[in-house]
Amino acid sequence: MSLALSGAARTPARRWRLPGTPGQIALALGIGAFLLAFLIVPVASVIYVAFTEKGTGAFTLVNFADFFRTDLFLRSFWNSFYVSAATVVLASVFALPLAYITTRFDFRGAVIVQTLGFLPLIMPPFVGAVSMQLLFGRNGTVNLLLMDWFGFRIPFMEGLNGVIFVQAIHYFPFILINLSAALRNIDRSMEEAAQNLGSSGMRLFRRIVLPLAMPGYVAGASLVFVKVFDDLATPLLLNVKDMLAPQAYLRVTSIGIADPMGYVISVVLIVVSVAAMWISALALKGRDYATTQRGGGGLARRRMRPWESAVAYGVVGLILLLVLAPHIGLLLLSFATIWSYSPLPDGFTVAHYGRVFGESSLYIKNTLIYATLAGSIDVVLGVAIAYLVLRTKLVGRQWLDWAAMAALAVPGVVLGIGYLRTFFGVHLPNGTPLATLWIVIVLALAIRRLPYALRACYAALQQISESLEEAAENLGATKARTVRRIVVPLMTGGILAGFVTSFATAAVELSATLMLVQSNADAPLAYGLYVFMQSAAGRGPGAALGVIAVLLVAACTLLSQYILDRNQKNRGAA
Amino acid sequence: MIRSAAFAATLALASFTATGAFAQGKVTVVTSFSKDVTDPIKGAFEKTNPGITLDVQNRNTNAGVKYLDETKSNPQVDLFWASAPDAFEVLKGKGLLQKYTPKAEGIPAKIGAYPINDPDGFYFGFAASGYGIMWNTRYQQANDLPEPKEWGDLATAPYYDHVAIASPARSGTTHLTIETILQGEGWDKGWATIKNMAGNFQTITERSFGVPEAVNSGQVGYGIVIDFFAFSAQGSGFPVKFVYPTVTTVVPANVGIVANAPNTKNAQAFVDFLLSPAGQEVLLEPSIRRLPVNPAVYAKAPEGYPNPFKDPRFASMTLFDVDKSGARTDVVDTLFDQLISFQLDNLKGVTKSIHEVEGKLAKKDNPQARALIKEARDLIAAMPVAEADASSEAIRGAFTGSKEKGARQAELEQKWATFAKENYAKAKAKVDEAAKLAN
Repeated sequence: MSLALSGAARTPARRWRLPGTPGQIALALGIGAFLLAFLIVPVASVIYVAFTEKGTGAFTLVNFADFFRTDLFLRSFWNSFYVSAATVVLASVFALPLAYITTRFDFRGAVIVQTLGFLPLIMPPFVGAVSMQLLFGRNGTVNLLLMDWFGFRIPFMEGLNGVIFVQAIHYFPFILINLSAALRNIDRSMEEAAQNLGSSGMRLFRRIVLPLAMPGYVAGASLVFVKVFDDLATPLLLNVKDMLAPQAYLRVTSIGIADPMGYVISVVLIVVSVAAMWISALALKGRDYATTQRGGGGLARRRMRPWESAVAYGVVGLILLLVLAPHIGLLLLSFATIWSYSPLPDGFTVAHYGRVFGESSLYIKNTLIYATLAGSIDVVLGVAIAYLVLRTKLVGRQWLDWAAMAALAVPGVVLGIGYLRTFFGVHLPNGTPLATLWIVIVLALAIRRLPYALRACYAALQQISESLEEAAENLGATKARTVRRIVVPLMTGGILAGFVTSFATAAVELSATLMLVQSNADAPLAYGLYVFMQSAAGRGPGAALGVIAVLLVAACTLLSQYILDRNQKNRGAA
Repeated sequence: MIRSAAFAATLALASFTATGAFAQGKVTVVTSFSKDVTDPIKGAFEKTNPGITLDVQNRNTNAGVKYLDETKSNPQVDLFWASAPDAFEVLKGKGLLQKYTPKAEGIPAKIGAYPINDPDGFYFGFAASGYGIMWNTRYQQANDLPEPKEWGDLATAPYYDHVAIASPARSGTTHLTIETILQGEGWDKGWATIKNMAGNFQTITERSFGVPEAVNSGQVGYGIVIDFFAFSAQGSGFPVKFVYPTVTTVVPANVGIVANAPNTKNAQAFVDFLLSPAGQEVLLEPSIRRLPVNPAVYAKAPEGYPNPFKDPRFASMTLFDVDKSGARTDVVDTLFDQLISFQLDNLKGVTKSIHEVEGKLAKKDNPQARALIKEARDLIAAMPVAEADASSEAIRGAFTGSKEKGARQAELEQKWATFAKENYAKAKAKVDEAAKLAN
């Protein structure tokens, strides 16, 4: 009753007054138009095919019935589900000890662990799969040695298990980053209170630390689930076909252009991804995780006893070795002459670097331009959307947030195909289709990475008290000036974090790029890598380019993290 | 936001003027060939035709055909350059290629029994390739395996779990290999051979170069490939060997000029270069190793290089029927996927049991068990579609979405998959029965 009353009381007020300044309305409309043009329309153009009859184009639901009547698709669905869930479990096994040991204990090299732990994310997953084959494949280094010494093999890379293994190594940083941040934000007083009440050890961890770190863990885990669910390159590289994303890709690129099943699968992919995000949000809903006071930098760091220290270093070392294996394999391959059925290459050479040196500058230039532009677009949009959602009362502002987050669930292939469909018919003055311009690649990358930047900007803005803006406005500053001089500077940390994530992951994205690259001159590194890796006569040059890519992206990531740190220190000192 | 849109527009404009300025000296080619092939040819072409830049777009054959079809209203590429002749037939049939008469001399009309150029002048052969088996000699020695000679050898017990192939639905050259076996041995016998081999597959890769990659690195022992994958790997120093089985074919890899190409003149220059002696010699490079179509060029080939114009094996190879292949492409590819790719575990399971029982029977014969094995093999070989139906309008309509109302593609696929699953399960039951008798 009271709810209905207050609702009724508010509505007339909204009718009388504009919900925001004209500038805010224009901004919201602009962002809405951008998302409509570059996300919603292209994706809808793909989804539309799923509801049409082949040949005639009439509306029908029979394609969805076909999906659920086909054993292969159902099997693919469950396989994708199983692989995603199992990857979350395995990735947690890698991430939990790293996050816990580095945040909870006095652990030397914690910074290095956190930095190295980020590294797997910036290698294109298909490159990781290639070098993992050489190390862990049926006749890879590990198995050849095992066969020689003990006469048995471990099927690391076979079938679905192989996909889980590679994906867990690739995506565990999502959990590591989020979980570490959550652990660092736990108030020390909580822990102390529990200890004073007599709780310690596992019980303290289970009842206090773990529940309080839950939002971070769930955020990371749901991200991993969704990414694995729609990842295409890794299963394809391992020749695993009965999963949903590969099925969609195979249908769309091979049999019959008019075949609607590929698009039906795309719709299923999007629905499941959205559902996964929604359930993870639901799991955290209705509980309060915030702590009112910031208790001086998270959990108390404990000194480890010598034997604990030894175990910790052992565990961390082992996990790092495992998750960095793709990089080690890639480095070996880039210097290898012939590497065939032997634990190590026959010989070493620098010739592959010579081969890619001339061309790599083009790919590097393109990648830097694309990733920088994409990252910039993302943070601009991210700040704007976060501001509109948190600081204005515009009607439907929440929809902007939801639409932008939906990009997380759109598989790269679907977006790529949607762009081709939507923009190939749009011609520039000289007759070239819009879809052939490289700017379209940038837009696709920006849309795909927008959710990362948006969440970072959102979190940053949430931590800024509104009273600072009110103070500025009371002193006579306009809204625009307040945003420029107060809000954005205070958000710098979050903006940079968003930029780094967007930049680093956009630099290695392939699935959307592969559909959109129209000319070698416009190709980014990931595409160059893919083309080089196709060589039947040896993948050395591809590996060399891969090493260059990893070093480059790692350097950019480190640099921006350094800037970020310095920024925070400066602010802390001031 | 507005500023970033303006920025984007400026960038778009800048790149548009940039391409405009270079359009004079540019020619764009869509190709399925790897960089190992295109880089040396690009280098040689640009050297002999100063001022023209060759822009290479790498797509697999099927994706390339689809791309040309989707962009036909306003073509942005000048050339299509790939191995599979039936892809060129599709392009020609859709009116996506234009006629040309190359200037090159000294190129015969046929290679083996196959005409090198399209008789109507829409596409031109520039290199020949045959299909066969490559293997890793280190892998072979370490696992103590024999050297294969025929497709059927790969179906025998020693090769179980040691063979790789690409999926014909994604690899144009593998499609030709499968089609060659079907044409050379006939529909039913050919499928039996293919399925018997498939029982020994370790993996079915998604890309044609996935097979040589796996054989080169020793992840798999044997691969069904187009010849130059093996020759170029040998040229680069990998421990691999190659053999042409009896039932194989030699077909030209082709190049064709796209209809309404923006740079037709330059495209013609590229075709002429590719067929000139200078262009043909580039094919002998260790990283390429294709068979030139100009017989005179073989004088410069290294020791042991196959010469299809002299080697008698090439004259007796299967004559590949492009029309027959074209009419049933989708059906053959889908049959392969539904009966083999997506049922591989079931097929491998029953094949393994057959090998075991046959091993026991070789030591101690049992006619009853032999009869059961024969029944099992017949169940595996059985096809849900007869040859005549494979190219019938009713079934083709399901794949192309034509007006002819038959079953939907999804229904056919599910039907074929069920057929294969049930047959393999029945076959497994027979073999298990035979196993009890053989003990």
